[in-house]
Amino acid sequence: MRILRLALRRLAVSLPCMLIILLGLFLLLQLAPGDAIDALMGQMGSSDTALAETLRQQYGLGGGVATRLAVYLFNLLRLDLGFSVAYNQPVLTVILQRLPVTLLLMVSALSFAFAAGMVVGVLAARRVNRWPDTLISMLVLIFYATPSFWIGLMGILIFAVKLNWLPSGGISDLSAGFTGLRLVLDTAVHLILPTMTLALIYFAIYVRITRASMLEVMTLDFIRTARAKGLKEGAVLVRHALRNALLPMVTILGLQAGAMLGGAVVVESVFTLPGLGRLAHEAVIQRDLNMLLGIVFMSSLLVIAINFIVDLVYARIDPRIEANG
Amino acid sequence: MRKSLIDRRSFTLGGATLVLAGAVPQTSFAQETPRRGGVLTVQTYADLRTLNPAMRASFAIHVFTSKMIEPLVDLGVNNEPVPKLATAWESSPDGKTITFKLREGVQWHDGKPFTSADVQFCAMEMWKKFQNYGTLLHRHLTAVDTPDAHTAVFRYAEPMPLGLLLRAACELCYVVPKHVYEGTDLLKNTANLAPIGTGPFKFNSYAPGEHLTLDRNPNYWVPGQPYLDKVIIRVIPDAAAAAAALESKSIQMSFFSSLPRTDIARLAKDRAFRVGTKGNEAYTILNTLGFNTRKKELSDVRVRQAIAYALDIDFYADEFLLGYGKRAQGPIPSTSSFFVPGAAPGYPFDLKKAEALLDEAGYKRGAGGVRFAMRLMPNSSDDIRMFATFIQQSLQKVGIKIDIQTYDSPGYIAHVNRDWDFELATDTNLYRGDPGVGTTIWYQSGVPAGTPWSNQFGWKSDRIDTVIGEALVELDPAKRKAMYGEFAKIANDEIPVLMAIEQVFVSAVAKTVRNDHNTPRWPGTSWADTWIEA
Repeated sequence: MRILRLALRRLAVSLPCMLIILLGLFLLLQLAPGDAIDALMGQMGSSDTALAETLRQQYGLGGGVATRLAVYLFNLLRLDLGFSVAYNQPVLTVILQRLPVTLLLMVSALSFAFAAGMVVGVLAARRVNRWPDTLISMLVLIFYATPSFWIGLMGILIFAVKLNWLPSGGISDLSAGFTGLRLVLDTAVHLILPTMTLALIYFAIYVRITRASMLEVMTLDFIRTARAKGLKEGAVLVRHALRNALLPMVTILGLQAGAMLGGAVVVESVFTLPGLGRLAHEAVIQRDLNMLLGIVFMSSLLVIAINFIVDLVYARIDPRIEANG
Repeated sequence: MRKSLIDRRSFTLGGATLVLAGAVPQTSFAQETPRRGGVLTVQTYADLRTLNPAMRASFAIHVFTSKMIEPLVDLGVNNEPVPKLATAWESSPDGKTITFKLREGVQWHDGKPFTSADVQFCAMEMWKKFQNYGTLLHRHLTAVDTPDAHTAVFRYAEPMPLGLLLRAACELCYVVPKHVYEGTDLLKNTANLAPIGTGPFKFNSYAPGEHLTLDRNPNYWVPGQPYLDKVIIRVIPDAAAAAAALESKSIQMSFFSSLPRTDIARLAKDRAFRVGTKGNEAYTILNTLGFNTRKKELSDVRVRQAIAYALDIDFYADEFLLGYGKRAQGPIPSTSSFFVPGAAPGYPFDLKKAEALLDEAGYKRGAGGVRFAMRLMPNSSDDIRMFATFIQQSLQKVGIKIDIQTYDSPGYIAHVNRDWDFELATDTNLYRGDPGVGTTIWYQSGVPAGTPWSNQFGWKSDRIDTVIGEALVELDPAKRKAMYGEFAKIANDEIPVLMAIEQVFVSAVAKTVRNDHNTPRWPGTSWADTWIEA
């Protein structure tokens, strides 16, 4: 019950926020020169104006801004995200096609960054100011400073073109026609490079945060108490120090879920993954307003959901925090 | 052993049929025996939202659809129309009636027979009403009669030159099944994304932005063909990623110059690949520089000519295009059968002449050596933007200050084509085989505002309007060619738009692929005779 109440309250807070985002985006896109039909004509390479007018009518792009906004919001209430001019399909259908890839990429990149970042961060904190710490800090700084598209391209050049160990892009090997377990394995292999590319910068952040918060926690009184009662160093580290150091990391996790959607655009382009990021980019170029609003709507749902889970995780890690809001 | 016997027999049968039809060069058959089987994976940059070429025509769409859906005629080795779904054609003496005999025994992928009713439906409901270029080409089409199941009679209100129709038909007269579309919302029909056609490959699956997968059609009307089991067309918009995919062998082909130029030059030296313009001759692109002649400076032909003289196109083609391109001579490219050598000599690089013309026009160098300043808008593509930068630097030398304003494609169309809010605009013009299809519309007056790729330059010349109008209804091929020579000459002298560079698209192909690029618009054809080494 309590969880349900928390969920409802969260949603109530998020709804106005979502409305403002959608409204802002709708109006902002009105400022961009040209509309979806102009984009379509551009893609066709020719046209005449009568045809453009016919298409505008067919896709319901006539009428004023206010009318179209009202129609859009009314349809949204019925969970109808509208029809995409550029894709010639309902927006929801296209988004649901693309969502799994982005989710897979995000989840695997976040898990890798979180897990590896935690381990390496603890390692650095244990050997603070000695050579392992210096080495780790240096590497992490390099990862943090390197643009992800460059890492991606270099990864392709080394592991796909030169060594031929990993595929250069795509989500699975289409010509092999795998099914079942082989397909899962094939997809996993295809995801290695993109996941690493997307994860490295977040990995760097987690290492820094883990290291800093571990160092801070290790100076606190309860660690001295734990040591005084004769606990082994490992137990002190994992059960007492890390558990407390985890809190800021989990907070960052929630915040980064949103940022990662942005980073996915680059990674999806470099590795030609059919995900939401590339779809959003295309939607802007195609002036596909319905599609863009749909993506923003879905992304905000995603971020709200992740942050909700983060709140629940807080309560699990630290019982002092009640799940009451 | 047994397999190879079957292969040889099927190849002979297929070869014989095609020789009769005159569609494929026999030399490629003489050397090697095609192998049945295999998967061909190719790359394209375009992410398409519809797979119906009867309603949407572009070279990007044809790469996807031409394997499934066939045109009435296609282009042969020597640029001549060869039979596909139509086997013979004939024009009445007044040019207003054109009769197509259709191929018999052709089946749609769903098993229903292909008939003249399908052609009639496509012509009247799709080509004439919705298709870009088709609405213009067929604007005088009044009816398509179907006296029997394999005859379609096109009736036009004005004379239609047979050559123009046939050349245009290769790209604009694709036939989709009437029984799938009739009585539905044509734009939203599900077959637009899961086509049913008559071609050598059948639709398997399409994931927009990802791939199109096609399976062999065992009932294709050429016995024994196609040779490939599967064709996979992968959408890779990022040029560097496409090059990596080709090199790591996850794709075997890339078209339409969609790799980085430096990679094209590098792959050309690699033994594992064939790189070149062969098989793309029908895809000639002209880089254009349009002048808004409504503006005071640009209304003076001397200023327009001076700008043309100030551009060292030869240098640009060598250094920036790495040799894949050359200075154009007028609006009709040298690859065209309508090209008349010497009719439109173009403007060789000559800075002195450019300066003299500008002085003569009354625009002396002022403070800082600047004569006047104006905006240049490039349409969105790396190639066009690179050319814009070159123009900017070139014109600086003759005292014209250029401010480049960059928009994405819809923004460009809104500024340049709809609002005419530009001074200089640079873009590309795809030459479509016959100047009447996509070239003259850049020069004739009376085109409504907002029509992309047309005369947005505010330029009007009675002479050119007359020639264009007469050539469009002239039935004698020799006279038509002479008229277009005259057209090219006027266009060259007056230059409302400078057709600066002609480029033929470049393909990069793994050498394991055979019988590819053997017709002038090969990427957009059926690939029925293409095969791949084991």
